Amino acid sequence: MSSPVVTFDSVQRWFGNQVVLKGLSFQVMPGQVYALLGRNGAGKTTALRILLGFLAPHVGSVAVLGCDSTALSPQVRGRIGYVGEEHRLYATMTVAGAVAFEAGTRPTFRRAFADQALQRCGLRPSQRIPRLSRGQRATLSLVLAVASNPELLVCDDPALGLDVVMRREFLDALIDLLADTGCTVLFSSHFLTDVERIADRVGILHDGSLLVDATLDDIKRRVLRCVWLPKPGATLPSGPQVLRIGARRGGHELLLLDAQRALLADLAAHGELSPPLAPSLEDLFLDLTGPDRPGMLREGMDELVARPTPVGGQR
Amino acid sequence: MLIRINPQSPEPLFEQVVFAVKSAVAKGTAVAGEKLPSVRDLARELAINPNTVVRAYEVLERDGVIVRRQGAGCFLSDRGSDLAQSEKKKQLVLLLRHAVTEAFHLGFQPDDVKKALAQCLDELQFDGKRRQS
Repeated sequence: MSSPVVTFDSVQRWFGNQVVLKGLSFQVMPGQVYALLGRNGAGKTTALRILLGFLAPHVGSVAVLGCDSTALSPQVRGRIGYVGEEHRLYATMTVAGAVAFEAGTRPTFRRAFADQALQRCGLRPSQRIPRLSRGQRATLSLVLAVASNPELLVCDDPALGLDVVMRREFLDALIDLLADTGCTVLFSSHFLTDVERIADRVGILHDGSLLVDATLDDIKRRVLRCVWLPKPGATLPSGPQVLRIGARRGGHELLLLDAQRALLADLAAHGELSPPLAPSLEDLFLDLTGPDRPGMLREGMDELVARPTPVGGQR
Repeated sequence: MLIRINPQSPEPLFEQVVFAVKSAVAKGTAVAGEKLPSVRDLARELAINPNTVVRAYEVLERDGVIVRRQGAGCFLSDRGSDLAQSEKKKQLVLLLRHAVTEAFHLGFQPDDVKKALAQCLDELQFDGKRRQS
Protein backbone atom coordinates (compact mmCIF):
# COMPACT_ATOMS: atom_id res chain seq x y z
CA MET A 1 0.00 0.00 0.00
CA SER A 2 1.31 3.44 -0.85
CA SER A 3 2.08 5.88 1.92
CA PRO A 4 -0.61 8.22 3.23
CA VAL A 5 -0.90 11.78 1.92
CA VAL A 6 -1.99 13.09 5.30
CA THR A 7 -1.21 11.61 8.72
CA PHE A 8 -2.52 13.04 11.97
CA ASP A 9 -0.66 11.41 14.86
CA SER A 10 -2.19 11.97 18.34
CA VAL A 11 -2.57 15.69 17.75
CA GLN A 12 -3.50 17.86 20.73
CA ARG A 13 -4.07 21.57 20.63
CA TRP A 14 -5.55 24.00 23.10
CA PHE A 15 -6.39 27.68 23.14
CA GLY A 16 -5.89 29.26 26.56
CA ASN A 17 -7.32 26.70 28.95
CA GLN A 18 -9.74 25.33 26.38
CA VAL A 19 -8.70 22.00 24.88
CA VAL A 20 -9.85 21.76 21.25
CA LEU A 21 -8.12 18.60 19.98
CA LYS A 22 -7.57 15.78 22.46
CA GLY A 23 -5.48 13.32 20.51
CA LEU A 24 -6.62 13.33 16.88
CA SER A 25 -5.26 10.49 14.75
CA PHE A 26 -6.24 9.54 11.22
CA GLN A 27 -4.77 9.03 7.75
CA VAL A 28 -5.83 9.99 4.25
CA MET A 29 -4.54 7.67 1.53
CA PRO A 30 -3.69 8.80 -2.04
CA GLY A 31 -6.76 9.33 -4.20
CA GLN A 32 -9.08 9.13 -1.25
CA VAL A 33 -11.83 11.62 -0.56
CA TYR A 34 -11.99 12.07 3.19
CA ALA A 35 -14.82 14.01 4.84
CA LEU A 36 -14.21 15.41 8.28
CA LEU A 37 -17.55 15.85 10.00
CA GLY A 38 -18.44 17.29 13.35
CA ARG A 39 -20.64 19.82 15.07
CA ASN A 40 -19.70 23.48 15.19
CA GLY A 41 -16.75 23.87 17.53
CA ALA A 42 -15.76 20.20 17.31
CA GLY A 43 -12.29 21.19 16.10
CA LYS A 44 -12.54 20.67 12.32
CA THR A 45 -11.14 24.07 11.38
CA THR A 46 -8.36 23.79 13.98
CA ALA A 47 -7.38 20.39 12.57
CA LEU A 48 -7.26 21.72 9.00
CA ARG A 49 -5.32 24.83 10.05
CA ILE A 50 -2.74 22.62 11.78
CA LEU A 51 -2.52 20.48 8.64
CA LEU A 52 -1.75 23.55 6.52
CA GLY A 53 0.88 24.78 8.96
CA PHE A 54 -1.10 27.85 10.09
CA LEU A 55 -1.08 26.48 13.64
CA ALA A 56 1.38 24.18 15.39
CA PRO A 57 0.15 21.18 17.38
CA HIS A 58 1.00 21.27 21.09
CA VAL A 59 1.38 17.51 21.24
CA GLY A 60 1.68 15.04 18.37
CA SER A 61 2.46 15.72 14.72
CA VAL A 62 0.92 16.03 11.28
CA ALA A 63 2.62 14.89 8.09
CA VAL A 64 1.48 16.23 4.69
CA LEU A 65 2.84 14.78 1.44
CA GLY A 66 5.70 13.34 3.50
CA CYS A 67 6.66 16.63 5.24
CA ASP A 68 6.02 17.83 8.76
CA SER A 69 3.21 20.40 8.79
CA THR A 70 5.25 22.85 10.90
CA ALA A 71 8.01 23.00 8.26
CA LEU A 72 6.29 23.01 4.88
CA SER A 73 8.50 24.27 2.06
CA PRO A 74 6.99 26.51 -0.64
CA GLN A 75 7.39 23.59 -3.07
CA VAL A 76 5.19 21.37 -0.93
CA ARG A 77 2.70 24.18 -0.29
CA GLY A 78 2.44 24.60 -4.06
CA ARG A 79 1.13 21.03 -4.30
CA ILE A 80 -1.70 21.75 -1.86
CA GLY A 81 -4.89 23.54 -2.83
CA TYR A 82 -6.89 25.22 -0.11
CA VAL A 83 -10.41 26.58 0.02
CA GLY A 84 -10.93 28.29 3.35
CA GLU A 85 -14.06 29.06 5.26
CA GLU A 86 -13.78 32.81 4.72
CA HIS A 87 -12.83 32.62 1.02
CA ARG A 88 -10.11 35.24 1.43
CA LEU A 89 -9.47 37.05 -1.82
CA TYR A 90 -7.79 40.39 -2.50
CA ALA A 91 -10.46 43.05 -2.29
CA THR A 92 -8.81 45.32 -4.87
CA MET A 93 -8.93 42.72 -7.64
CA THR A 94 -11.43 41.73 -10.26
CA VAL A 95 -12.22 38.10 -11.07
CA ALA A 96 -9.81 38.24 -14.01
CA GLY A 97 -7.18 39.77 -11.74
CA ALA A 98 -7.52 36.98 -9.21
CA VAL A 99 -7.15 34.39 -11.97
CA ALA A 100 -4.08 36.14 -13.38
CA PHE A 101 -2.57 36.43 -9.89
CA GLU A 102 -3.11 32.73 -9.15
CA ALA A 103 -1.80 31.75 -12.60
CA GLY A 104 1.35 33.76 -11.92
CA THR A 105 2.04 32.15 -8.56
CA ARG A 106 1.36 28.52 -9.43
CA PRO A 107 3.24 26.86 -12.29
CA THR A 108 0.62 24.11 -12.73
CA PHE A 109 -2.30 26.54 -13.14
CA ARG A 110 -4.68 25.60 -15.98
CA ARG A 111 -5.85 28.90 -17.39
CA ALA A 112 -8.32 27.43 -19.88
CA PHE A 113 -9.95 25.26 -17.22
CA ALA A 114 -10.36 28.25 -14.90
CA ASP A 115 -11.90 30.48 -17.59
CA GLN A 116 -14.29 27.75 -18.66
CA ALA A 117 -15.31 26.87 -15.09
CA LEU A 118 -15.93 30.51 -14.19
CA GLN A 119 -18.02 31.02 -17.28
CA ARG A 120 -20.11 27.97 -16.44
CA CYS A 121 -20.67 29.32 -12.93
CA GLY A 122 -21.78 32.68 -14.30
CA LEU A 123 -18.81 34.73 -13.10
CA ARG A 124 -17.69 37.52 -15.43
CA PRO A 125 -13.97 38.42 -15.56
CA SER A 126 -14.74 42.09 -15.01
CA GLN A 127 -16.65 41.57 -11.75
CA ARG A 128 -14.99 43.15 -8.74
CA ILE A 129 -14.23 40.88 -5.76
CA PRO A 130 -15.92 43.05 -3.09
CA ARG A 131 -19.13 43.01 -5.12
CA LEU A 132 -19.31 39.21 -5.27
CA SER A 133 -21.87 37.34 -3.18
CA ARG A 134 -20.69 34.78 -0.66
CA GLY A 135 -21.54 31.95 -3.03
CA GLN A 136 -19.67 33.58 -5.90
CA ARG A 137 -16.61 34.08 -3.69
CA ALA A 138 -16.76 30.41 -2.66
CA THR A 139 -16.98 29.33 -6.29
CA LEU A 140 -14.09 31.56 -7.29
CA SER A 141 -11.92 30.21 -4.44
CA LEU A 142 -12.70 26.66 -5.44
CA VAL A 143 -12.05 27.22 -9.13
CA LEU A 144 -8.73 28.88 -8.32
CA ALA A 145 -7.71 26.03 -6.00
CA VAL A 146 -8.80 23.29 -8.39
CA ALA A 147 -7.34 24.92 -11.50
CA SER A 148 -3.77 24.51 -10.28
CA ASN A 149 -4.09 20.71 -10.26
CA PRO A 150 -3.26 20.19 -6.59
CA GLU A 151 -2.13 16.79 -5.33
CA LEU A 152 -4.03 17.45 -2.14
CA LEU A 153 -7.10 19.64 -1.95
CA VAL A 154 -8.11 20.84 1.50
CA CYS A 155 -11.51 22.49 1.87
CA ASP A 156 -12.88 23.89 5.08
CA ASP A 157 -16.65 23.74 4.80
CA PRO A 158 -16.57 24.83 1.15
CA ALA A 159 -20.32 24.56 0.68
CA LEU A 160 -21.20 26.84 3.60
CA GLY A 161 -23.47 29.59 2.38
CA LEU A 162 -23.89 28.13 -1.11
CA ASP A 163 -27.34 27.59 -2.56
CA VAL A 164 -28.37 24.18 -3.87
CA VAL A 165 -27.38 24.94 -7.46
CA MET A 166 -24.01 26.35 -6.43
CA ARG A 167 -23.39 23.32 -4.23
CA ARG A 168 -24.01 21.03 -7.18
CA GLU A 169 -21.67 23.17 -9.29
CA PHE A 170 -19.08 22.76 -6.57
CA LEU A 171 -19.61 19.00 -6.56
CA ASP A 172 -19.28 18.93 -10.36
CA ALA A 173 -16.00 20.85 -10.19
CA LEU A 174 -14.74 18.40 -7.59
CA ILE A 175 -15.81 15.38 -9.65
CA ASP A 176 -14.02 16.81 -12.69
CA LEU A 177 -10.88 17.29 -10.63
CA LEU A 178 -11.05 13.75 -9.29
CA ALA A 179 -11.68 12.26 -12.72
CA ASP A 180 -8.84 14.26 -14.28
CA THR A 181 -6.15 13.91 -11.66
CA GLY A 182 -7.04 11.37 -8.99
CA CYS A 183 -6.27 14.10 -6.49
CA THR A 184 -6.59 13.45 -2.75
CA VAL A 185 -9.24 15.50 -1.00
CA LEU A 186 -9.75 16.30 2.67
CA PHE A 187 -12.78 18.43 3.40
CA SER A 188 -15.05 19.33 6.23
CA SER A 189 -18.75 19.74 5.66
CA HIS A 190 -22.18 19.91 7.20
CA PHE A 191 -23.96 18.77 4.04
CA LEU A 192 -24.19 15.08 4.73
CA THR A 193 -26.09 14.25 1.53
CA ASP A 194 -23.19 15.67 -0.50
CA VAL A 195 -20.74 13.75 1.68
CA GLU A 196 -22.64 10.52 0.98
CA ARG A 197 -22.19 11.11 -2.75
CA ILE A 198 -18.57 12.04 -2.87
CA ALA A 199 -16.67 10.75 0.16
CA ASP A 200 -14.82 7.43 0.33
CA ARG A 201 -14.19 7.74 4.02
CA VAL A 202 -15.60 9.82 6.84
CA GLY A 203 -14.29 10.88 10.20
CA ILE A 204 -16.75 12.13 12.80
CA LEU A 205 -14.95 14.53 15.10
CA HIS A 206 -16.55 15.05 18.48
CA ASP A 207 -15.16 16.64 21.58
CA GLY A 208 -11.60 16.75 20.20
CA SER A 209 -11.16 13.23 18.86
CA LEU A 210 -12.64 10.94 16.22
CA LEU A 211 -15.69 8.88 17.14
CA VAL A 212 -15.82 7.27 13.72
CA ASP A 213 -13.09 6.75 11.14
CA ALA A 214 -14.43 4.41 8.49
CA THR A 215 -15.30 4.05 4.81
CA LEU A 216 -18.90 4.82 3.92
CA ASP A 217 -19.24 1.33 2.44
CA ASP A 218 -18.13 -0.17 5.75
CA ILE A 219 -20.67 1.90 7.63
CA LYS A 220 -23.44 0.84 5.25
CA ARG A 221 -22.45 -2.81 5.37
CA ARG A 222 -21.58 -3.27 9.03
CA VAL A 223 -23.69 -0.87 11.05
CA LEU A 224 -27.37 -1.52 11.67
CA ARG A 225 -29.85 0.71 13.40
CA CYS A 226 -33.11 -0.45 14.90
CA VAL A 227 -35.68 0.37 17.52
CA TRP A 228 -36.33 -2.19 20.22
CA LEU A 229 -39.27 -2.19 22.61
CA PRO A 230 -38.34 -4.82 25.20
CA LYS A 231 -40.82 -6.98 27.08
CA PRO A 232 -40.83 -6.40 30.84
CA GLY A 233 -37.81 -8.00 32.46
CA ALA A 234 -35.75 -8.26 29.26
CA THR A 235 -32.07 -7.40 29.72
CA LEU A 236 -30.28 -4.86 27.58
CA PRO A 237 -27.96 -6.36 24.98
CA SER A 238 -24.26 -5.76 25.49
CA GLY A 239 -20.94 -6.82 24.03
CA PRO A 240 -18.90 -5.85 20.98
CA GLN A 241 -21.92 -5.94 18.65
CA VAL A 242 -23.62 -3.08 20.47
CA LEU A 243 -22.25 0.34 19.59
CA ARG A 244 -24.78 2.45 21.34
CA ILE A 245 -28.06 2.23 23.18
CA GLY A 246 -30.15 5.37 23.17
CA ALA A 247 -33.33 6.02 25.06
CA ARG A 248 -36.57 6.17 23.11
CA ARG A 249 -40.19 6.40 24.07
CA GLY A 250 -41.02 3.02 25.62
CA GLY A 251 -37.79 1.41 24.49
CA HIS A 252 -34.35 1.82 23.01
CA GLU A 253 -32.63 2.88 19.83
CA LEU A 254 -29.88 0.41 19.09
CA LEU A 255 -26.81 0.94 16.95
CA LEU A 256 -25.24 -2.43 16.16
CA LEU A 257 -21.93 -3.37 14.54
CA ASP A 258 -21.61 -6.63 12.58
CA ALA A 259 -24.79 -7.85 14.23
CA GLN A 260 -25.11 -11.65 14.14
CA ARG A 261 -28.44 -13.28 13.39
CA ALA A 262 -28.45 -14.81 16.90
CA LEU A 263 -28.44 -11.37 18.49
CA LEU A 264 -31.26 -10.11 16.27
CA ALA A 265 -33.30 -13.25 16.92
CA ASP A 266 -32.72 -12.86 20.65
CA LEU A 267 -33.85 -9.22 20.54
CA ALA A 268 -36.93 -10.14 18.50
CA ALA A 269 -37.77 -12.89 20.99
CA HIS A 270 -37.58 -10.56 23.97
CA GLY A 271 -39.45 -7.61 22.59
CA GLU A 272 -40.61 -5.81 19.47
CA LEU A 273 -37.83 -5.11 16.96
CA SER A 274 -38.05 -2.78 13.97
CA PRO A 275 -36.39 -4.10 10.77
CA PRO A 276 -32.67 -3.39 11.24
CA LEU A 277 -31.39 -1.06 8.50
CA ALA A 278 -28.11 0.60 7.68
CA PRO A 279 -28.25 4.13 9.09
CA SER A 280 -28.01 7.16 6.85
CA LEU A 281 -25.01 9.33 7.59
CA GLU A 282 -27.35 11.83 9.19
CA ASP A 283 -28.83 9.20 11.54
CA LEU A 284 -25.38 8.01 12.52
CA PHE A 285 -24.17 11.56 13.07
CA LEU A 286 -27.14 12.44 15.26
CA ASP A 287 -26.88 9.18 17.19
CA LEU A 288 -23.22 9.68 17.97
CA THR A 289 -22.90 13.42 18.46
CA GLY A 290 -26.40 14.43 19.54
CA PRO A 291 -27.07 15.33 23.16
CA ASP A 292 -26.09 12.45 25.43
CA ARG A 293 -29.03 10.37 26.50
CA PRO A 294 -29.15 7.96 29.42
CA GLY A 295 -27.87 4.47 28.80
CA MET A 296 -25.29 5.51 26.23
CA LEU A 297 -22.58 2.95 25.75
CA ARG A 298 -19.26 3.56 24.08
CA GLU A 299 -17.24 0.63 25.39
CA GLY A 300 -18.24 -1.76 22.63
CA MET A 301 -16.73 0.27 19.81
CA ASP A 302 -13.94 -1.32 17.82
CA GLU A 303 -11.92 -0.31 14.80
CA LEU A 304 -14.92 1.13 12.95
CA VAL A 305 -15.74 3.55 15.70
CA ALA A 306 -12.49 4.72 17.20
CA ARG A 307 -12.31 4.93 20.95
CA PRO A 308 -11.81 8.44 22.27
CA THR A 309 -8.22 8.75 23.47
CA PRO A 310 -7.89 10.23 26.94
CA VAL A 311 -6.31 13.65 27.26
CA GLY A 312 -2.67 13.18 28.09
CA GLY A 313 -1.05 16.59 27.79
CA GLN A 314 -1.43 19.06 30.61
CA ARG A 315 -0.03 22.51 30.59
CA MET B 1 -28.82 2.42 -20.71
CA LEU B 2 -30.42 4.04 -17.72
CA ILE B 3 -28.32 3.98 -14.56
CA ARG B 4 -29.96 5.35 -11.44
CA ILE B 5 -28.83 5.28 -7.82
CA ASN B 6 -29.93 6.56 -4.44
CA PRO B 7 -27.04 7.84 -2.31
CA GLN B 8 -29.11 7.56 0.87
CA SER B 9 -29.99 3.90 0.36
CA PRO B 10 -28.33 1.34 2.66
CA GLU B 11 -26.55 -0.25 -0.33
CA PRO B 12 -22.98 0.88 -1.00
CA LEU B 13 -22.93 3.19 -4.06
CA PHE B 14 -20.64 1.04 -6.23
CA GLU B 15 -22.92 -1.96 -5.67
CA GLN B 16 -25.89 0.13 -6.77
CA VAL B 17 -24.08 0.99 -10.03
CA VAL B 18 -23.16 -2.68 -10.56
CA PHE B 19 -26.76 -3.71 -9.91
CA ALA B 20 -28.17 -1.02 -12.23
CA VAL B 21 -26.02 -2.25 -15.14
CA LYS B 22 -26.71 -5.93 -14.43
CA SER B 23 -30.44 -5.38 -14.22
CA ALA B 24 -30.43 -3.38 -17.47
CA VAL B 25 -28.82 -6.44 -19.09
CA ALA B 26 -31.27 -8.82 -17.41
CA LYS B 27 -34.26 -6.70 -18.47
CA GLY B 28 -32.94 -6.54 -22.01
CA THR B 29 -32.94 -2.73 -22.10
CA ALA B 30 -29.18 -2.88 -22.74
CA VAL B 31 -27.74 -4.99 -25.53
CA ALA B 32 -24.36 -6.63 -26.13
CA GLY B 33 -21.79 -4.26 -27.55
CA GLU B 34 -23.46 -1.18 -26.10
CA LYS B 35 -20.95 1.37 -24.87
CA LEU B 36 -21.09 2.38 -21.23
CA PRO B 37 -20.69 6.02 -20.29
CA SER B 38 -17.12 7.06 -19.46
CA VAL B 39 -16.17 7.12 -15.79
CA ARG B 40 -16.20 10.89 -15.83
CA ASP B 41 -19.59 11.20 -17.57
CA LEU B 42 -21.29 8.72 -15.26
CA ALA B 43 -19.71 10.26 -12.16
CA ARG B 44 -21.02 13.67 -13.23
CA GLU B 45 -24.41 12.34 -14.22
CA LEU B 46 -24.91 10.64 -10.86
CA ALA B 47 -22.93 13.30 -8.96
CA ILE B 48 -20.78 10.70 -7.25
CA ASN B 49 -17.07 10.10 -6.76
CA PRO B 50 -15.35 8.84 -9.96
CA ASN B 51 -13.51 6.30 -7.77
CA THR B 52 -16.88 4.70 -7.08
CA VAL B 53 -17.62 4.34 -10.81
CA VAL B 54 -14.13 2.90 -11.43
CA ARG B 55 -14.74 0.35 -8.70
CA ALA B 56 -18.15 -0.60 -10.10
CA TYR B 57 -16.69 -1.04 -13.61
CA GLU B 58 -13.91 -3.21 -12.18
CA VAL B 59 -16.46 -5.48 -10.54
CA LEU B 60 -18.52 -5.62 -13.76
CA GLU B 61 -15.42 -6.48 -15.76
CA ARG B 62 -14.42 -9.20 -13.27
CA ASP B 63 -17.93 -10.64 -13.50
CA GLY B 64 -17.69 -10.67 -17.29
CA VAL B 65 -20.57 -8.26 -17.80
CA ILE B 66 -18.45 -5.65 -19.56
CA VAL B 67 -15.21 -5.63 -21.48
CA ARG B 68 -12.68 -2.82 -21.47
CA ARG B 69 -11.14 -1.87 -24.79
CA GLN B 70 -7.96 0.13 -24.41
CA GLY B 71 -8.62 3.76 -25.29
CA ALA B 72 -12.18 3.10 -26.47
CA GLY B 73 -13.99 2.60 -23.18
CA CYS B 74 -16.18 -0.10 -21.67
CA PHE B 75 -18.70 -2.16 -23.62
CA LEU B 76 -21.33 -4.69 -22.62
CA SER B 77 -19.88 -8.12 -23.24
CA ASP B 78 -21.59 -10.41 -25.77
CA ARG B 79 -20.71 -13.57 -23.92
CA GLY B 80 -22.88 -12.85 -20.93
CA SER B 81 -21.07 -13.71 -17.77
CA ASP B 82 -17.57 -15.18 -17.84
CA LEU B 83 -18.20 -17.06 -14.62
CA ALA B 84 -18.29 -20.82 -14.88
CA GLN B 85 -21.75 -22.34 -14.85
CA SER B 86 -21.28 -23.99 -11.46
CA GLU B 87 -19.98 -20.75 -9.97
CA LYS B 88 -23.04 -18.96 -11.33
CA LYS B 89 -25.34 -21.52 -9.75
CA LYS B 90 -23.58 -21.12 -6.43
CA GLN B 91 -24.11 -17.38 -6.61
CA LEU B 92 -27.75 -17.83 -7.49
CA VAL B 93 -28.32 -20.05 -4.45
CA LEU B 94 -26.51 -17.54 -2.23
CA LEU B 95 -28.60 -14.67 -3.56
CA LEU B 96 -31.87 -16.48 -3.13
CA ARG B 97 -30.91 -17.77 0.31
CA HIS B 98 -30.31 -14.19 1.36
CA ALA B 99 -33.68 -13.07 0.03
CA VAL B 100 -35.51 -16.05 1.51
CA THR B 101 -33.92 -15.54 4.93
CA GLU B 102 -34.99 -11.91 4.92
CA ALA B 103 -38.50 -12.92 3.86
CA PHE B 104 -38.81 -15.35 6.77
CA HIS B 105 -37.58 -12.62 9.12
CA LEU B 106 -40.44 -10.49 7.85
CA GLY B 107 -42.78 -13.34 8.74
CA PHE B 108 -43.75 -14.65 5.27
CA GLN B 109 -44.73 -18.23 4.48
CA PRO B 110 -43.08 -20.30 1.69
CA ASP B 111 -46.11 -19.77 -0.58
CA ASP B 112 -45.84 -15.99 -0.27
CA VAL B 113 -42.15 -16.21 -1.19
CA LYS B 114 -42.87 -18.38 -4.24
CA LYS B 115 -45.57 -15.96 -5.43
CA ALA B 116 -43.24 -12.99 -4.98
CA LEU B 117 -40.47 -14.78 -6.87
CA ALA B 118 -42.82 -15.58 -9.75
CA GLN B 119 -43.84 -11.93 -9.85
CA CYS B 120 -40.19 -10.83 -9.99
CA LEU B 121 -39.47 -13.27 -12.83
CA ASP B 122 -42.52 -11.96 -14.68
CA GLU B 123 -41.29 -8.39 -14.40
CA LEU B 124 -37.88 -9.31 -15.77
CA GLN B 125 -39.11 -11.19 -18.90
CA PHE B 126 -36.18 -13.56 -19.20
CA ASP B 127 -35.06 -14.03 -22.83
CA GLY B 128 -37.85 -11.81 -23.99
CA LYS B 129 -40.40 -14.56 -23.29
CA ARG B 130 -43.02 -13.88 -20.65
CA ARG B 131 -42.87 -16.57 -18.04
CA GLN B 132 -46.19 -18.32 -17.33
CA SER B 133 -47.10 -18.22 -13.67
